[in-house]
Amino acid sequence: MTNSTLDLPKRPWRQRYHVAAIGWTLVLGVLLVLSSLMTGANLGTFLSNIDQFLALLVQMSHPAWSYLHVILQPLYETIQMAILGTTIGAVLAVPFALLAASNLVGNRLLRGLIRFFLDLVRTLPDLLLAAIFVAVFGIGSTAGVITLAIFSFGMVSKLFYEVIETIDMGPLEALKSVGATKVTMIWYAVLPQILNQFVSYFLYTLEINVRASTVLGYLGAGGIGVYLQRSLGEFNYSATAVIILATLVVVLVIDGISNHLRRVLL
Amino acid sequence: MQTTLENHPLTHHLFWRRWHWLLWVVVVAGVYSWAIGGLHFTGIQESAGSVSRSILHGLLHPDWAYVYNGSGEDLSSLILQTLAIAFLGTFVSALISVPFAFWAARTDQHWAHLRSGSGKVVLTLIRTFPEIVLAIMFIKAVGPGSYAGVLAVSIHSIGMLGKLFSESLENMDRGAEEAIRSAGGNRSEILTLATLPTIFPEFISYTLYRFEIAVRSASILGMVGAGGIGTPLIFAIQTRSWSRVGIILLGIIVMVLAIDSLSEQLRKKLI
Amino acid sequence: MQATATAPIIAFHHVNKIYANGTVGLKDIDFQIPRGQFLVVVGLSGAGKSTLLRTINRMHEISSGEIRIDDAPIGAYKGKALRQLRCHIGMIFQNFNLVNRASVERNVLSGLVGYYPTWKCILGLFSAADKQRAVQALKRVSLTPKIFTRADELSGGQQQRVAIARTLMQDPKIILADEPVASLDPRTTKDVMDTLQRLNREDGITVIVNLHSVALARQYADRIIGLRAGELVYDQPIDNVTTADLDRIYQTN
Repeated sequence: MTNSTLDLPKRPWRQRYHVAAIGWTLVLGVLLVLSSLMTGANLGTFLSNIDQFLALLVQMSHPAWSYLHVILQPLYETIQMAILGTTIGAVLAVPFALLAASNLVGNRLLRGLIRFFLDLVRTLPDLLLAAIFVAVFGIGSTAGVITLAIFSFGMVSKLFYEVIETIDMGPLEALKSVGATKVTMIWYAVLPQILNQFVSYFLYTLEINVRASTVLGYLGAGGIGVYLQRSLGEFNYSATAVIILATLVVVLVIDGISNHLRRVLL
Repeated sequence: MQTTLENHPLTHHLFWRRWHWLLWVVVVAGVYSWAIGGLHFTGIQESAGSVSRSILHGLLHPDWAYVYNGSGEDLSSLILQTLAIAFLGTFVSALISVPFAFWAARTDQHWAHLRSGSGKVVLTLIRTFPEIVLAIMFIKAVGPGSYAGVLAVSIHSIGMLGKLFSESLENMDRGAEEAIRSAGGNRSEILTLATLPTIFPEFISYTLYRFEIAVRSASILGMVGAGGIGTPLIFAIQTRSWSRVGIILLGIIVMVLAIDSLSEQLRKKLI
Repeated sequence: MQATATAPIIAFHHVNKIYANGTVGLKDIDFQIPRGQFLVVVGLSGAGKSTLLRTINRMHEISSGEIRIDDAPIGAYKGKALRQLRCHIGMIFQNFNLVNRASVERNVLSGLVGYYPTWKCILGLFSAADKQRAVQALKRVSLTPKIFTRADELSGGQQQRVAIARTLMQDPKIILADEPVASLDPRTTKDVMDTLQRLNREDGITVIVNLHSVALARQYADRIIGLRAGELVYDQPIDNVTTADLDRIYQTN
């Protein structure tokens, strides 16, 4: 031992043998092995079937443009579903967001219950909701609109109450001091502060819903997804390619408009 | 252009400022009348009420026997399989996303805009390509089952992870990189000694976040035959076995809540 | 011309730097730095201090003129030769530029990048002798007890001393310090400046420091040069420096 090592601090054995790093690597490794076994994933299967996959890609790289006029109407329907679904969801979300905001609602139990309910709603994936609502309402865009409404309700309500929690409480106290009711306070002191953010999040949710609504039809919930399912079922991949490309254009256009509006707003 | 705008008659300017909200009202009203007019809400089946009641009944009386029956096709096995799909898919995707992130990240060298621009476009394309279509395509390649699900999650997640990773690369503190460069480090030394250690926690955090999302999508990929809990769910819905649907929904909710809170804990520890 | 015992370690010959957007960074800089000097560069922010410093290790390229180190022109160095040049020039930054989540030891060892093949650096395969040197380097900045601590758990002054220890691993003949104390409080400022002074006096390392504090400049410098709008407007040994001179450098006009 040289002199200088004597000055060194003692490392606890956890640090000395890198217990945390080795532990995490082991956990990760075990999980990887287990999940590969469980899913039967191996590169060999994929590579030995790659010719089929490539054949599919080749078919898709020759889009059947004549199919375009068939899908224009369902494309419109997709956007319409997204707009209505998002609007219904966002309107429903406002009262829940107000009740879930910690700076407006003092009652912790009520707030906790509301938040738990919102958490529950958010656990459900969009396609799962679509499958259920198609069973309830039958095949068609109604199921799609309701699915999107519930899906966006869960998403928007969280975004909204997080915005509400950041507002400046000054105007609120001013109104309170002159004896305003809760509703008046929310109307005159809360909403003006958050309106722009609300609209921005609304548009953001709309973007996500346009993406989501393109596949809902796969389970019968209206829109372009119906044709997606049909073309895939008929192995008509050149039609599938047109649908995907058209969807892509719609999504990008809506994203562009929405991004522009959000920039103007904020 | 700028000067003409400023020299605009003041009256005109005021008029515009006072009335331009009206334009928005007209636009919004137009959009909504188009949206409502375009959809037909006819064709709601008459049984909607009774179906809802049986669904509710099923949800309140879940088929507990399905939770575990040792067949390997029960709820617990398929939930585990769903998690495995999400885990493996996210892991592979995180690895592939790193080079994509470097491709798409904008750096201060101005000649690089073409590179980062093309990278961003590719990531947007991947993000927009529907995950279930990917799943169906991979089913053609590797047959139905969870492997196709893994592949779909791996590829689809690149769109989002690549974007998040590239943004954190753009916003990262470049100090450590500068220090290694000034000490005579070459590109790969700068990358491994400065860039990656600095960015690593953020990458992990985003990967965990993406894992939360992947768990949700893995639970529906089965609806198109790509493994996991989605397959029995869609069968149960089609055969109207609502108590089976009820237990599967409960299983998904518990799984998602558990994964969300676990991932949140881990992410808090990272920062 | 007074006769100097040794050739200057760094020489600027009519150096100009114009940025891509047309901004003038440096304008006809022409001076020499003798070996072992503690040189302080003063000037307003944006006067070109950082640029001047970074041209010495080619972190910034110059537009015209020539810089010589040990009488060798550095402008033509490329790749390996350039990295070898940087390897012998230490650099200290205002924001310390450590890898926050790595241990102090790892940060210090990273100063060795220029001396090890890339794969050894990546795998962290540093020799026992070099690990000992890291301990010695930390000892010189009085931070051995913190060797296994994570860098971001240290105070600002301690982090800057870790950065100095990292530089020591390079075995530098020149240390460039760009506003090393700008984000530190007065007490830790003294720690860091004293450390730099010790390295200058004990090891004979040529130290070039950018400072915006006139008081510090007068306290530590052998010689002060002043920059204004990229031009060298002042150059005096410390004995000739007067407060009035320094005030003039900081005048805006």
